[in-house]
Amino acid sequence: LLSFSSVYYQFRRTWKAVRLLMLTAGPGIIVMVADNDAGGITTYTATGAKYGLHLLWFLIILGPIAYYVQEMTVRLGAVTKRGHAEAIFSAFGRFWGWFSLLDLVLTDWLTMITEFIGMTAALSIFGIPPAATVVLCWLLMGAMIATGRYWTWEKIALLFCLLNLIYIPAAFLVHPTAQELLYNSVVPHLPPGGFTNELFFLLMANIGTTIAPWMLFFQQSSVVDKGLRERDIKFGKLDTGLGALLTVVVAIVLVVVCGKLLGGAPVDDAAAAARQIMPTSRSVGTWIAVGLFDAGLLGAICISLARSWAFGEVFGWAHSLNNKVREAPWFYAYYLFDLLLAGTVVLIPGAPLVLITLFVQVIATTLLPAALVFLILLLNDKKTMGEYANTPWQNCVSITIVAVIILLSTMYGVSTLFPELFKQ
Amino acid sequence: MLRELFRKGHAKVREINKRYEKPGIEMSRPVKASLLFLRVYLMALIGLSIYKFITMVR
Repeated sequence: LLSFSSVYYQFRRTWKAVRLLMLTAGPGIIVMVADNDAGGITTYTATGAKYGLHLLWFLIILGPIAYYVQEMTVRLGAVTKRGHAEAIFSAFGRFWGWFSLLDLVLTDWLTMITEFIGMTAALSIFGIPPAATVVLCWLLMGAMIATGRYWTWEKIALLFCLLNLIYIPAAFLVHPTAQELLYNSVVPHLPPGGFTNELFFLLMANIGTTIAPWMLFFQQSSVVDKGLRERDIKFGKLDTGLGALLTVVVAIVLVVVCGKLLGGAPVDDAAAAARQIMPTSRSVGTWIAVGLFDAGLLGAICISLARSWAFGEVFGWAHSLNNKVREAPWFYAYYLFDLLLAGTVVLIPGAPLVLITLFVQVIATTLLPAALVFLILLLNDKKTMGEYANTPWQNCVSITIVAVIILLSTMYGVSTLFPELFKQ
Repeated sequence: MLRELFRKGHAKVREINKRYEKPGIEMSRPVKASLLFLRVYLMALIGLSIYKFITMVR
C-alpha cells in the first residue's frame, strides 16, 4: 500500500510539473522555431545543397549555443519584469538605449522585408501573385493580435510552430542511412574542398540565423507579457531547451533533404530549392514551399512584435497583447505600420532587394555583439538579479560564446563590405 | 496636426532622455571596459562603412 501511494504521489507530482510546463511553455518554443525564418530556411537549403550532410555536426553545436544565449533573457525578464529595451535604457543610460533601439528598428525592418520576400516566393510556386500573398499575410497577422489576449496569440503562434515541423516527414522520404547520419552528426570535419571563402560565408550565415538580436528582445518581452515569475524560470529554461531542440531538428532535416535531393547544385533561395525538387519529389517540394511560407510568417510576427514591445517599453505606451486595441492604440498601430511598410516594399517594382539583404547582414553584424555584451553585463548585475545572476561557470560559457561570435561576425561584416579581402 | 505630433514626440524623447540620463548599473571596471570596447568596435565598423561608401561613389 505504501509503495502504491508513493508511486501515485510521484505520478501526481510529475503530472503537475507537466501541466505547469504546458502553461509556462511558449516564448522559448516560439522564438526558437521563428528563428528558422525565411532567411534561415534559405540558409539551410543552401548548406545542404552545397555541402550535403557534411555540416550536420556544426548545426548540432549551434543548438546549445542558442539555448545558452536565450536562457539568459528568460532569467532577466522573469526577475526584472522589464523588456530588453527598457533594461538597456535603465542600466546603460540614454546613449546605449537609443543606439540599441534604433539599431533594432533598422535591422528588424530590413529582416521583415526578407520575410515578405520569402513568403511571396513560396506562394508564387502555387501560382499566387505576390500582391495577394502580402494582403493575406497582413490579414492573418492582424487577426492574430486582434484577440486582445496574449494566451490566444501564443496558442495560434504555437500552431504555426507545429506547421514548421512539416519538413520532418520529408527526411524519411529521402532515406538517409543511419551510418552517414551518425558520422556527419558526431564527427566534426570539413566538407571535401576544405575551408573556402564560400564555406566561411555559409557557416556565418548559419550562426547569424541561429542567434539574432531580435530574439533577445522578443523572448524577454514575451516572458514579461506572459507574466512569468522567478519560480517559473526552470520551466522557462525547459521551454527554451525544447525550442532549441526543435530548431536543430528542423535545420538538420532540411540539410538532409536538400543534401540528398540537390547534392552539389547551387541554390540561391529556398523557393528555388523547392522548384528544383518538385520534378524529383512533388510532395517534398510542396512541403518546402509551405514550410517557407510558414517560416516567413512566424518570423514576421515575432520580429514586428519584438519592435512594438521595445517601443512600448521605452515610450511608456500600453504594450501588452492582453490589451485591447483601444487600450494600447500606439502598440498595435506600430505593429501594423511595420507590417504594411515591409509588405509594400516587396511589391515595389525593381526594389533593391539584393541590396537590402546585404544591408541586413552588415547591420545585424553591428548590433549582435553589442546586444550580447549588454546581455552578459545585465546578467552580472547582482544587485538586480540576486541569486539569478550568472554563475562563474555560466559567465565562462557565455563570454566564450560572445567572444567567438564577435570575432566571427566582425570577419563576416568586413568580408561582406570587402569581399575581395577573403577571396582565395 | 503634423506639427502637434512632432511637438509631442519631441517632448516625449526629452522626457525619456531625462529619465535615463544616468546609467543605473554599477559602473565597475569590467563594465566600463566592455562599453569602451563597444564604442571602439562600432566606430571601426562605421569607419569601414564610410570608407566603402566613398570608394563606391568614386
